[in-house]
Amino acid sequence: MEHYLVAIAVTAGIYALMALGMNVIWGMAGLINLGLVGFFAVGAYASGLITLKLGAPIAVGVAAGTLMAAVVGVLVALITVHLRGDYLAIVTLGFAESLRIVMSNELWIANGTDGLSGIPGPFRAEAGPHLFNLLYLGIVVAAVVVLFFLVDRLVNSPFGRVLRAIRDDEEVARFAGKNVVLFKVKAFAFGTAALGLAGALYGHFTSYIAPDLFAPLLTLYVKLSLLTGGLGNSKGAVLGAVLVVFFLESTRFLAPLIPGLSAVQAAAVRELAVSVALLVILRFYAKGLLPERIEAPPLTATAAAPAASRI
Amino acid sequence: MQVTQLILNGLMSGTILAVPAIGLTAIFAVLRFTNFALASHMTIGAFAGFLANVWLAWPVVPSLLAAFVVAGLVGVLSDEFILKPFRAAGFITTAIGSIALTIALENCVRLVFGNELRGYDLPIRRDWLVGGLRVSPQQLENLAIAVAAMTLLFLFLFFTRSGRAMRAFADNPMLASIKGINADMVARLVSFVAMGLAGLGGMLIGLDTTIDPLVGFKSILSIFAAAVVGGLGSLPGAVVGALLVGVGEELSLLILSPAYRSAIGFLAILVVLTLRPRGILGARAY
Repeated sequence: MEHYLVAIAVTAGIYALMALGMNVIWGMAGLINLGLVGFFAVGAYASGLITLKLGAPIAVGVAAGTLMAAVVGVLVALITVHLRGDYLAIVTLGFAESLRIVMSNELWIANGTDGLSGIPGPFRAEAGPHLFNLLYLGIVVAAVVVLFFLVDRLVNSPFGRVLRAIRDDEEVARFAGKNVVLFKVKAFAFGTAALGLAGALYGHFTSYIAPDLFAPLLTLYVKLSLLTGGLGNSKGAVLGAVLVVFFLESTRFLAPLIPGLSAVQAAAVRELAVSVALLVILRFYAKGLLPERIEAPPLTATAAAPAASRI
Repeated sequence: MQVTQLILNGLMSGTILAVPAIGLTAIFAVLRFTNFALASHMTIGAFAGFLANVWLAWPVVPSLLAAFVVAGLVGVLSDEFILKPFRAAGFITTAIGSIALTIALENCVRLVFGNELRGYDLPIRRDWLVGGLRVSPQQLENLAIAVAAMTLLFLFLFFTRSGRAMRAFADNPMLASIKGINADMVARLVSFVAMGLAGLGGMLIGLDTTIDPLVGFKSILSIFAAAVVGGLGSLPGAVVGALLVGVGEELSLLILSPAYRSAIGFLAILVVLTLRPRGILGARAY
């Protein structure tokens, strides 16, 4: 049981990383990414392949996975950055699906649908399963903390302010002389890097990845995390991820309790619960538990506290 | 010879693809959003047709009508109660809402029918060989139905009051409202027709192969590709795009394994968005 709880905590940490990344893309820059799971997969596969086939150290693999996801993110963003947001939605969704098709069919890359197994984990053999899980939890928590502070700095930096300006009114941001395209692509790259990092850490934890694990449903889970916690807010993203993983795990136990349901039906009920939860939150609680705090514009601040404060 | 056969197959599958692609592009033209819930409405149509055809033993054509009507009604209800409030909140909310909706509806179907593959009750007929080309009578029938449905749609849009109202609204919503066209009625009408076409398309695709709850989602990339290649928001564009994507998918079999069919659609999207984002017949893409 303790084993299981630690594994869930690691999952929650990985969701938190994704939620933080998506927070930059969606919450701050106002861009859509329906293919989140594709970037997660890029990170997982890149890191898994580099450590398995080239024998690179795990840290190098994770760094490469993160970078690779960001590079792919830039390419995807560049194609649609001049167009209406709907096109980015279509392209990101298509990217994730196509990647899944390619990874399922190309045996030479990563064994097709059989997936990659035996992905190394740090000190997995030396520490034994129990200690390994705890150790890994430490690594994931550290990653979440670092990313949390990075995103937090970003939110309050000039870069973050421009992003939010673009989100709220692109025309005004452009009129203010900001290179809107560059800001959007950078935000997308930062977010997809976080998704790639999450994917890489996931692969080294479970030691096994396969195309089926990267189904579109994961995209919904992370969106649900972000919305539950409060869009545009780093604390909310982490809180939401923990709550959603808890909710998902409890539906795993609750669904089989409904009498007369087959395994397929129980799985359907679970997915139904997740998607309905997302619809309800999106409709009625779109601000989430911890809504984004928007500081009063500096103009009123200076008006209220005149010259004295400027000395 | 093989190439002509592939092109023929592509034109036939493209014609069927055009039916849901028109639905997608019509919603984009009138309600100005991409409705990812199209996938589940295709599945709902396919299964409504399955109920009519296999359980009630209806012939194929009335079953297709059932697929259209059931998917259309679900489309009106889901738009009215779920998607409409999202539209006011911006396109990201609407897109995510429609994805969540499609997964919810798909799982409703899965809850009832499970995941197994099902086939329609069709008479077994021998393929025809015409000048060395192989065609099945069922494919030709599907082709005729798809063409008939599209012809009816264009007649409806150009020669009826409601159809003209829809076009007016797509052209300029504000002007249309000033002329007294009721926006809510237009939204319901376009949802019914578009999702009905999605349901019809879902069953037509199923007639060719088998159906399961993923029947809609599996073809969604090809459909989006058809709409984007033709120009999102242009109905004739959706037809042209669907034919191109259909032929392209079949011709890809010359060099790629069949598993890559839907990845071809994605490739087409990338090429078109890079070279000519507004598509072949589209007005604009920004």
